[in-house]
Amino acid sequence: MGKFCSMKKVVKKDGKEVVVCDDIRSYLLEELQEIQEKEGFISDENMQKTADKFKIHPVEVYSVVTFYSFLTIEKKGRNVIRVSSCMPCEMKGSEGIVEVFEKKLGIKCGETTDDGNFTLEKTSCIGMCDKAPAVLVNDELVGPVEIGDVDKILDRLK
Amino acid sequence: MSKREGPVIFSEIKPLTGLRKALEMSGEAVLEVIKSSNLKGRGGAGFPTGLKWGFAASDSDEHKYVVCNADEGEPGTFKDRVLLSEYPLLMLEGMVIAGYVIGADRGYVYLRGEYKGLKKELERVISEMRENKALGEDILGKKGFNFDIEIKMGAGAYICGEETALIESMEGQRGEPRNRPPFPVNTGFLGFPTVVNNVETMSVVPHILVKGADWFKAIGTEKSAGTKILSVSGDCVKPGVYEVPFGMTVEEVLKMVGAEDTKAVQVGGASGVCVGKDEFGREISFEDLPTGGSFIILNSGRNLLDMVKNFLEFFNEESCGQCTPCREGVPVLIEGLELIKKEECNERYLKDLFSLCETLQCSSKCGLGQSAPNAFVSVLDKFKDEYKLSTKIKKETVFNGQ
Repeated sequence: MGKFCSMKKVVKKDGKEVVVCDDIRSYLLEELQEIQEKEGFISDENMQKTADKFKIHPVEVYSVVTFYSFLTIEKKGRNVIRVSSCMPCEMKGSEGIVEVFEKKLGIKCGETTDDGNFTLEKTSCIGMCDKAPAVLVNDELVGPVEIGDVDKILDRLK
Repeated sequence: MSKREGPVIFSEIKPLTGLRKALEMSGEAVLEVIKSSNLKGRGGAGFPTGLKWGFAASDSDEHKYVVCNADEGEPGTFKDRVLLSEYPLLMLEGMVIAGYVIGADRGYVYLRGEYKGLKKELERVISEMRENKALGEDILGKKGFNFDIEIKMGAGAYICGEETALIESMEGQRGEPRNRPPFPVNTGFLGFPTVVNNVETMSVVPHILVKGADWFKAIGTEKSAGTKILSVSGDCVKPGVYEVPFGMTVEEVLKMVGAEDTKAVQVGGASGVCVGKDEFGREISFEDLPTGGSFIILNSGRNLLDMVKNFLEFFNEESCGQCTPCREGVPVLIEGLELIKKEECNERYLKDLFSLCETLQCSSKCGLGQSAPNAFVSVLDKFKDEYKLSTKIKKETVFNGQ
């Protein structure tokens, strides 16, 4: 696990010598994020593999995966569209944007299209309140989104 | 650098001059400057930065960490997005200075998952700093001072903005807050002394070093030195990010952003308070109206109960579920709010709800639970015209079957 120990150093802690290599466990989230990005979810098999790699129980991996909303045990679409539902976005009509996405994709919020191309979700504030209503398209912050922009966003990803 | 204007963070400064200035002095001398500048944490809690750094500096552990909290998640807050994308060097420079003061050789930026798009540019700036010897070994020629910065990504959890939850998350755990004490300044990341500061706080530091503590203290009010960066959204002509000196009134802010017909302003996001017209004279400062910077403006056409519902649902979603008052209390408040909206809540039950709010405020483990009922309390307490209570006494709406 060479890549994990970017800085090795022996220091004294409470009278004992400790090797500080930015503890391996602290790279668990990064590992899981990589799997999520590649596979679209974290399968039981991958949880077991990760657990073996980090020498922890798979249940611990499961507990971490289920805590974070960007890590999932269900397969997500290749593209994840998250519409901000926080107050400033709601005030500027985010509900309407969700409805248009639902209609265009033929799915309800929280679902994935049959071809596995799109997942539609609502999310808490994404820090785009000055450009409300805003949408997080994969890693990209988009806003303000008008009803007419929905097609453009979807076309770009198809 | 950019065309934004402001008294402190958005004022002119040459790259790396703050760090150069710091390295000319001893770590203790830099700490004295920060202490005397009266800089307080900009994340919301307002803890004196000099004091925090001092605790970490005086800890006898020889290994320490600096962490920049870029997990901005408070609804209505987006100032850090602007700082990270337009002024990344200022924040990183502040982190190196913090490392110099406390004696750390490693820093982390904990970036929220939603801002993943900003990571690439941040990494570019970091590697540019390495090339310019502003990161790495013997920084800017200062023998023996080594410091490097790495970015850690969050994964979509609001609670990780709380510093102990953030540290848990950095360690690869569930982002559940720790009991305090011990505080992170003594027992932080991996058990080592760790200074956690907000993006805005870090970005102020280079300015203070270049321009002096007295210059900084001259801006703002007596107890709140400097400026606050506001994230203004909602019903106004010019939403956006503004740097204003402490002491500015709500009214002045509203005028500046072109807000008319304003009924109320939610100050401080979902965990903040709602202020009405009669309070528009209040000043933004740690002593009067403290805020992490979020200003959500609501005009007379808005229903404040809808806003409270939005916020409570947010807290319900984001509660880590670790402690009972927060996990179980918030859903009861949502139910109660539904009753109020349907005009089916009587005075007695409202009293019960208020007492539940008090329970949340005083017995939740972390800031999330403690501030979850804030919007509920401030709206229902101050905006009595917004709702009508029922006069009927309904058995099922009373606690404990009384």
